[in-house]
Amino acid sequence: MEEIRNYTMNFGPQHPAAHGVLRLILEMDGEVVVRADPHIGLLHRGTEKLAESKPFSQSIGYMDRLDYVSMMCSEHAYVRAIEKLLGIQAPPRAQYIRTLFDEITRILNHLMWVGSNALDLGAMAVFLYAFREREELMDCYEAVSGARMHATYYRPGGVYRDLPTQMPQYRESPWHKGEDLKRLNQWRQGSMLDFLDAFSEDFPHKVDEYEELLTNNRIWKQRTVGIGVVSPEQARAWGMTGPMLRGSGIAWDLRKKQPYAAYADVDFDIPVGANGDCYDRYLVRMAEMRQSNRIIRQCVEWLRRNPGPVILESHKIIPPQRADMKEDMEALIHHFKLFTEGYTVPAGECYSAVEAPKGEFGVYMISDGANKPFRVKVRAPGFVHLSSMDEIVRGHMLADVVAMIGTYDVVFGEIDR
Amino acid sequence: MNATATLIEQLQARFDAQLLSCSQRLDEVTIEVAPGDLLAVARNLRDSDELAFEELIDLCGVDYLGHGQSEWETSEQVTSKGYSRGVEGAGPGRFDWDGRPRDADMPRRYAAVLHLLSLQHNRRLRVRVFCADQGLPMVPSVTAVWPAANWFEREAFDLFGIVFDGHPDLRRILTDYGFVGHAFRKDFPLIGNVEVRYDPERQRVVYQPVSIEPRVLVPRVVREDSRYEQAAAETADPWRSN
Repeated sequence: MEEIRNYTMNFGPQHPAAHGVLRLILEMDGEVVVRADPHIGLLHRGTEKLAESKPFSQSIGYMDRLDYVSMMCSEHAYVRAIEKLLGIQAPPRAQYIRTLFDEITRILNHLMWVGSNALDLGAMAVFLYAFREREELMDCYEAVSGARMHATYYRPGGVYRDLPTQMPQYRESPWHKGEDLKRLNQWRQGSMLDFLDAFSEDFPHKVDEYEELLTNNRIWKQRTVGIGVVSPEQARAWGMTGPMLRGSGIAWDLRKKQPYAAYADVDFDIPVGANGDCYDRYLVRMAEMRQSNRIIRQCVEWLRRNPGPVILESHKIIPPQRADMKEDMEALIHHFKLFTEGYTVPAGECYSAVEAPKGEFGVYMISDGANKPFRVKVRAPGFVHLSSMDEIVRGHMLADVVAMIGTYDVVFGEIDR
Repeated sequence: MNATATLIEQLQARFDAQLLSCSQRLDEVTIEVAPGDLLAVARNLRDSDELAFEELIDLCGVDYLGHGQSEWETSEQVTSKGYSRGVEGAGPGRFDWDGRPRDADMPRRYAAVLHLLSLQHNRRLRVRVFCADQGLPMVPSVTAVWPAANWFEREAFDLFGIVFDGHPDLRRILTDYGFVGHAFRKDFPLIGNVEVRYDPERQRVVYQPVSIEPRVLVPRVVREDSRYEQAAAETADPWRSN
């Protein structure tokens, strides 16, 4: 009998289910995966090396472009690393704003995730609905920073500016008019906090809608239950964090265990899975959205009651107001120094991590006392998770590889850096 | 006694002479071990109950070439006409492939840095290993201890040329197929070496030498700031002696 040889299949980098530019070399025995070899790096831009050639503050924008689905969380880790080395702390109001936007980002990320993952597994509708809420949250990004995605809103020492007192409204256009326009602007009559209040009032019902579409859906369960089981031992060995780790039943969340920003003062729970399969991770992420919503409500409440500065006054690090520069020589000098040279950061090294929606996003920074970092290493959760691909999908069917890529929540901006 | 002090005590009691240094700064504990001891120390760090660093969070390469060097020395060139405004020499990012610094023969240039996390004790630890030979930097692979090291080591190999002895599959991971050089070394030009474009005549993508010039707008300066003197004194631990 002729020997049967395994078939090698090339998946991606332009496959719609490859979530960007993943190239996957699959060795197949019929329908069963024998070996998976992900090829990454097609989006490698050398962010870390670029950061070494620029003053500290100029690389904040690069962090948005790493994980372009959870922008502000990446900024948060980078900014916190600088703050740690400088020995400064953002004022409380800034900490709450950061907490608020980290959670907005988490919802943005998980909506994108649930939409695209459902799309991969054959449910078209969720994707379209998810973008409805993403739109509203991206409007919040735009309202504070002027950019819908790449905000560069967090700065060492605080955030760029305070929340707007008037939420921008839609204007009449051929696409938005009449009743439609009225509906769109209904929440936007007051400040951004009023808008978020209305949003968070409504959002749990929206999560119910998604769950209605998926949680008890027979096809969804057939595609995810018992697929891609990660045991707690495997999760630890492969350095997993975030929903990947919690899906396997380990209650680990940096927001609780090593609190940063204002997480120590807000009340929320950590959802944990039981079986470590794709379905459990789906449930964990859905529950996380509800928890994020809870945190948003608490932050909105606090921010309403506590006005105050959102960035430090120290002009050795934070640029002065433009109005001051017109009259104050000192302010002009500070501005000039900051924008031609930047600030120097004391020599040393630090690692700062945040609980990004995908897992632990960390920045390891070495400074040698110059105005530019000596070395920046970005610890991207997706990179670590994807490296376990071979072990997890071995023995699964080809279609389950797609489910697994989806459940990893990979974004190539952060994996390839 | 706070958590970091306890950790330092436990580490010193357990590893004793295997620790080349053990320091604490900004609430973070860093130990340095020799490449030869790394595997034994790593196993111990993971398996002993009192340490239990089950997770490898990060592993990265570092190139210490040019550490602490300023591009713009103002103090020595002050004359009656003022001081130099331009940056001279081949500082980081200011050279191309042909002009890259060659004789960068410094001891303790390459290091691998591991970040560990103990879920059980909620603690972190940084382990630094300096490579002995700068011509062929080599560190034992910890993939057998933490499988997560697999891609991290491939990345450090790809970008810094650090060879991880015992790695099952040490290939490039982030750079292009057929890439030459190690992109994150300090003597690798920021603009790179080659660029790709589509050649309509040959009807395929071709590589050619980069056409852009190295350009850095803001010079790299180290300021002697009295506020930071205390911090500088604290960092003056052995790994910076070179």
